[in-house]
Amino acid sequence: MSKILMNTLFGAAVVMFAFVASAGAEPAKPECLAGAKPGGGFDLTCRLAADALLKTKQISAPMAVTYMEGGVGAVAYNHVASKRSKDANLITAASSGSALLLAQGKFGHYDEGAVRWLGAIGADYGVLVVAADSPYKTLGELVEAYKANPADFAIAGGGAVGSQDWMKGSLLAKAAGQDPKQMRYVALEGGGAVLTALEGGHVKVGSGDAAEMVKHHLAGKIRILAVMAPARLPGDLADVPTAREQGFNIDWPVWRGFYVGKEVSDADYDWWVQAFKKAMDTPEFAREREARGLFEFKLFGKDFDERVRADVAQFKILAKEAGM
Amino acid sequence: MNLDYLWQGFAVALTGQNLLVGFVGCFIGTLVGALPAIGPINGIALLLPIAYTMGLPAESTMILLAAIYCGAEYGGRISSILLNVPGDAGAVMTAMDGYPMAKQGRAGEALALSGLSSFVGGMLGSLGLALFAPLLSRLAVGFGPAEYFVLMIFAFATLGSMVGSQPVKTLIGCALGLMLATIGLDATSGAYRFTFDQPELSDGIEFVVLVIGLFSISEALIILENQGRGMTVIRELGRMTARMSDIVRCTGATIRSSVIGFVVGVLPGTGASVSSAISYTTEKRLSDTEGTFGKGDVRGLAAPEAANNATACGAFVPMLTLGVPGSGTTAVMLGALMLYNIQPGPMLLTEHPEIVGGLVASLFVGNVILLALNLPLVQIFARVLTVPNWLLVPGILVLSVVGVYSSHSSVFAVFLMMGIGMAGWLLRKAGFDMAPIILGFVLGRVMEVNLRNALAISGGEISILFSSTICIVLWIMAAAVTILPAYLSRRARVRTLQPT
Repeated sequence: MSKILMNTLFGAAVVMFAFVASAGAEPAKPECLAGAKPGGGFDLTCRLAADALLKTKQISAPMAVTYMEGGVGAVAYNHVASKRSKDANLITAASSGSALLLAQGKFGHYDEGAVRWLGAIGADYGVLVVAADSPYKTLGELVEAYKANPADFAIAGGGAVGSQDWMKGSLLAKAAGQDPKQMRYVALEGGGAVLTALEGGHVKVGSGDAAEMVKHHLAGKIRILAVMAPARLPGDLADVPTAREQGFNIDWPVWRGFYVGKEVSDADYDWWVQAFKKAMDTPEFAREREARGLFEFKLFGKDFDERVRADVAQFKILAKEAGM
Repeated sequence: MNLDYLWQGFAVALTGQNLLVGFVGCFIGTLVGALPAIGPINGIALLLPIAYTMGLPAESTMILLAAIYCGAEYGGRISSILLNVPGDAGAVMTAMDGYPMAKQGRAGEALALSGLSSFVGGMLGSLGLALFAPLLSRLAVGFGPAEYFVLMIFAFATLGSMVGSQPVKTLIGCALGLMLATIGLDATSGAYRFTFDQPELSDGIEFVVLVIGLFSISEALIILENQGRGMTVIRELGRMTARMSDIVRCTGATIRSSVIGFVVGVLPGTGASVSSAISYTTEKRLSDTEGTFGKGDVRGLAAPEAANNATACGAFVPMLTLGVPGSGTTAVMLGALMLYNIQPGPMLLTEHPEIVGGLVASLFVGNVILLALNLPLVQIFARVLTVPNWLLVPGILVLSVVGVYSSHSSVFAVFLMMGIGMAGWLLRKAGFDMAPIILGFVLGRVMEVNLRNALAISGGEISILFSSTICIVLWIMAAAVTILPAYLSRRARVRTLQPT
C-alpha cells in the first residue's frame, strides 16, 4: 500500500518537475559552449554572458564555460545539432563568422536551420589598416593607388581564405573595381601577425576587427583608415571615419551571440531571451560589454533568427563572387 | 648588450609557482632520464597536455618542460653508470668510463663527479644562451613570409645530420610529417584537405595527439615487447662524494667539453649524442697519455656529461631566437608554444620577453636545483631503475589517455592517438626514428603557409625567395649545415671506433 503511494507520489513529482521544466524555469546547470580554445572570440562571448547574467542575478548558479575546439566552431555546431539538441541548459557562442562558414557549407552536413538562433549581445566591426608610415591617409587614396597598381597590393588578414578578414579584403578589392578572385590575399594567424607583416613592410593593407586593432592604432603602430560600420564608433575610434563617409558602401559588422539546440522548447528558449534582455538593460552589462571591446548590438528571438538567415543568404552570394 | 630580458626573466623564474614547477620538472626529468626506456621527449610529451589543462601560463609550462629536458640530461648518467645502459641518447659516452668505475666499486664517486660536471656544463651552457639569444633576435624585424620559408628550408637541411646513419629513413619520416601537416583547413584556398567530412579533423591533427601517440604509446608497446630482457643493476655504490683530486683533474676537460657541447647544441640538428661523442674523443686525444680512458678515467666520465648538459642549453638558442628546433625535444617545446597561440620565431623575444627570459633564468635556477637533487638523492633515483614494467607501462598509458582527453575533451582524439601510436610502433620496428616525423609536422605547416603567402605577395614570382639579404644568407647557411655536421660526426665516429 505504502509502496503504491510512494510510487504515485514519485510519479507526480516527476510530472510536476517535467511541467515546471517545460514552463521555462531557470536552467539548473547553465553552460556556455565556446567552439574554440580559451582566449578567443567565442570564449569572450561566453564570459560576457556568464558574468553579466550572474551579476544581474538572472541566474543564481554560475554559468560554466566549456570549450570544444575545431573548425572555428564547426565541431561544437555538429555536437549541439547531433547530441545536445534537447539540452535547455546549454547555449553556444556564435558570431557572424559562423554564418559565413555556414554559407560556405563548412559546418559539415548541417545548415543554418539545424539549431535555434537565440540572440546577439554585442558587436565588433571590421577595419582596414595600413602601417603607420604608409603614404595613404584615407580610404580614397588607398583605393586610387590600388586601382592604379593592383599587382602591388598584398592584403593581409588574420584568417584563412573564406574567413571574415578575407571577405573584408575582397570587399576592398571590389570597391577598387578589381576582380576579388585576383586579390593577393596573405592568410596569417591572428591580428598580431597582421601587425608584424605591416610593420615589416611585407604587405600594404591589413584587415581586422576594431577591438583588436584599436590599441595598436592608439600606440601609433598602424593607422586605421576606415571602420566598416554604418556609423562612427564611440570611444577611442570616434575620430576614424566610416567607409560609408568616404564614399564606399562596405560594412562589416561582426555580431556576437548564441544558439541553442533545435529541440529546446519554446518556453526554455523564451526564458533565455528574457534573461538576456533583462540583463542587457542594466548598466552592469554595458560596463562588462565595453570592458571586452564590444559595441552595442541587441537582437533577439525571431528577429535574430531572420538576421542569421539573411546573413547566410548574403554571404553565399559574396563568397561566390569572390571565388569560393 | 641588453640583458634586461634576463633580469625580467629571473623575476618570473623566482616566483613561488615557477620555482615549484621548476623543482617538479627537475625531479621528473631526472627520473625520466634515469629510466632507460623513456627519454626527455617522452617525459615532455606526457606532461605537456597535463600542464596545459591545469591552466599553467605559457611561461610556467615552458619552465616545466625545460626543467624536464635538463633533468633528463642529468638523469641519463645514472643508468649509464649503474647499468651500462644509457638512459638517453646523450649518455651513451658516459658509460664508457662510468661503468668501469662502478665495477671497481666507485659507483658513488662516479655519480657525484658526473653530477658536478653536469652542473658546470649546464651553467656554462645557460650563460652562453643568455648572451646569444638577444644577439640573434636582433635580426627579427626583417622576417616576412619569404624569409620564414627559407628559414624552414634551413631547418630541414639540418635534419640530414640528425639521423645521419639512415638518411633515407630520415627523409621518409620527414615526408610523413609533412604529409600529416597538410590535413585540415588550407588557409590559402579555404579548402578542407583530407578531413573525410570529419569536423574533428578540420583543424588538422592536433600536435599533442601526434606527439603522445608517436612517442608514449609506441614506447609502451616497445617496452612490453622487450619484456624479460635481463639487466643487472650495480647496487654497491661505495663512497658517495667526489675526491677533490679528481675534481681538479677534471676541470680542464669539463670546461672544454662545455664549450664544445654548447656550440654543437646551437647548430640545429646535432644533438647531445654528437656533442658527447666529440667531447669524449677530444679529451681522449688531448689527455689520454697512459691509456686509462675506457677503463674508468674520471676525465672520460666528466667530458661527455658536461657536454650533453651544455648541448641541452645550446639547443634552446635556435629554438628561442629563430623558431627552429634543434632537436626532437625542442620541436615538442615549439609545439607547446603554438598550443598557447604563441607563434615561435624571431619576434619571440620582443613580443614575449617574459617567456624567453623566464626560460633562460629558469635554466640557471634549474641547474642549482638539479645539483642539489642529484648529489644527496642519487640513491633514490638509482632505485627507480628497478621499477617493474607492470607498473611503468600502464602508468604511461593512463597518463597518455588522461592527457589527451583532458586537453581536447574528445574521444575522437583519444582513438586517433591510439591509432597513431600503433603506426608509430610499426614504424619503429621498421627502424624509423620518430623525431623527423615531428620535425616535418611542426615545420611543414609553417613552411607551406609561408611559401604560399610569399608567392601571394609576389603574384607567383619565385624570385621573392632570393630577394633579401636574410634570404640569401639563410640559403648559404642551409647549404653549409647540410655538409658540416655530417663531416663532424664522421670524424667523431672514426675516432671512437679507433682501437684503444
